[in-house]
Amino acid sequence: MMTNPVRKITQGQFSFLPELTDAEISLQIEYGLNRGYAWSVEYTDDPHPRNTYWEMFGMPMFDLKDAAGVLMELQHCRKTFPQHYIRLIAFDSTRGVESIVMSFIVNRPLSEPGFGLIRQEAGGRTIHYTVHSYATDRPEGERGAPQTS
Amino acid sequence: MAIATGASDGATAITDAKRRYKAGVLKYRQMGYWEPDYVPKATDTVCLFRITPQEGVDPVEAAAAVAGESSTATWTVVWTDRLTACDNYRAKAFKVEAVPNSPGQFFAWVAYDIILFEEGSIANMTASLIGNVFSFKPLKAARLEDIQIPAAYVKTFKGPPTGLIVERERLDKFGRPLLGATTKPKLGLSGRNYGRVVYEGLKGGLDFMKDDENINSQPFMHWRDRFLYVMDAVNKASAATGEVKGSYLNVTAATMEDMYERADFARQLGSVVVMIDLVIGWTAIQSMSNWARRNDMILHMHRAGHGTYTRQKNHGVSFRVIAKWLRLAGVDHLHTGTAVGKLEGDPLTVQGYYNVCRDSYTRQDLPRGIFFDQDWCDIRKVMPVASGGIHAGQMHQLLDLFGDDVVLQFGGGTIGHPAGIQAGAVANRVALEAMVKARNEGHNIRVEGAEILRKAARGCSPLQQALDTWGDITFNYTPTDASDFTPTAAVAR
Repeated sequence: MMTNPVRKITQGQFSFLPELTDAEISLQIEYGLNRGYAWSVEYTDDPHPRNTYWEMFGMPMFDLKDAAGVLMELQHCRKTFPQHYIRLIAFDSTRGVESIVMSFIVNRPLSEPGFGLIRQEAGGRTIHYTVHSYATDRPEGERGAPQTS
Repeated sequence: MAIATGASDGATAITDAKRRYKAGVLKYRQMGYWEPDYVPKATDTVCLFRITPQEGVDPVEAAAAVAGESSTATWTVVWTDRLTACDNYRAKAFKVEAVPNSPGQFFAWVAYDIILFEEGSIANMTASLIGNVFSFKPLKAARLEDIQIPAAYVKTFKGPPTGLIVERERLDKFGRPLLGATTKPKLGLSGRNYGRVVYEGLKGGLDFMKDDENINSQPFMHWRDRFLYVMDAVNKASAATGEVKGSYLNVTAATMEDMYERADFARQLGSVVVMIDLVIGWTAIQSMSNWARRNDMILHMHRAGHGTYTRQKNHGVSFRVIAKWLRLAGVDHLHTGTAVGKLEGDPLTVQGYYNVCRDSYTRQDLPRGIFFDQDWCDIRKVMPVASGGIHAGQMHQLLDLFGDDVVLQFGGGTIGHPAGIQAGAVANRVALEAMVKARNEGHNIRVEGAEILRKAARGCSPLQQALDTWGDITFNYTPTDASDFTPTAAVAR
């Protein structure tokens, strides 16, 4: 279990709030759609802070203008990967932005293993740091299974 | 109200060269610095000065003098002008208007040819525009209110090394303001004690901690010690939360060599951000911007000292001009005011600064103090920073005023929390996320904000404690620098 104040990974827009219900998620999706964003569902078994590229659960839904459709994709992903981290990401293609403009976690494993900090002492009191993802201690194909502890 | 241009003797430029260059003293407008019919070229820089002429000095002559003293003029006629295409080098005052409701003050528009300024050099541009002219005796006071910089000159600058879009990609933080805090007390903590504050704040939920402007390398904490302890705190907090974290390491120092040495050490330790103070000067800022570009570093600018020349309305340089120059010079973060906090700032005027930092194209907006359209030519956007006397109880106002692209810094509002620094950070993060969520859900946060906070606090005792402690704190003083075009008041709760 993680030791930060909310006892979970705090990436994304809403990690300090209670987990969003599907109805609440729909409102966020709608907000993005109204602003012309394209939604995408991504999942991973390694939430390392520098793990930029989570797996895409299909392509970004550029032509989908209906929040229910996006939510259906999310539910499909949850069913396939119930013990993975899943996030919703919104893309804005406006000139001068052309990047992600919303991102929040919508599924987490029951137990979040967190990270260790590995210090390598070097010269001049310098330390080289490595953030180690405990999730990756298990082989790739077995990380999604519920942890027994 | 336009000022009569006057056809009386000595009011217009002398066109006969023999008379014009006869040794002696002429009025500035006779020398060609006043051209009421002049239409600025697309490559001209246009400045708007607020001038207060001495008693008896004609405002048009004063405007011509500003044009003259900020370009080629000296106090007397020189024949050597005739060796040059001197008409090109003369700045041209082309419009003078009385400032509304301010007796004795006038707005003067002055155009400058592109040949006057070295490419990519704010130092050169400022040496002209705010050089001698501000000490010129016939003026009681002068202020550079706004500036329009032509696309041709904008493109000679590289601008922010990172910019707010790429900063968000590097930090993996989207769709909400970033949260920070300045480590306090600003002076006296040892490196080890200092790192403790950084760790607590970041683990509690802040994205950034920050050195204060006057933390360099004093007897109580040498810079290497600070950097080492701070980076241990940053990495430990990153592991504890799974988020990218940062702390603005202030590399401000006596010499460029010292600053490069400190910045290189910050890079070697894996910091994502370094910080400089405005007082290091334009040349040093542009050098550090180049360094940041080479080293993939976010460059945080603390505007230390700006109040000495930006705050008084009748004399100095408006901060909107400083912000434009800093965007060209190339910084990634810039303190731009809070409107609701402890430091000077009329809300609309402050929004004007934010727009200058973040717009792709800035439109004239007189209530916000923006006199000119400005094409930013795709130069990257600066992340504004709101810092100084703000707290979680103002979250709805801050989000409503400034939107998502801002760093909200709660120093005292984090570290002074009755239940500790982590609790202070939690309070701010919960307040922020609850407000963003509510806004996106369609709530009118300006109206419902206080209720949204109270509701969020029901599930979060640190937020409740923060609201109990600071909920009623406001700094409602009349701003000294508000637009001349609308009456404004400090934000009420």
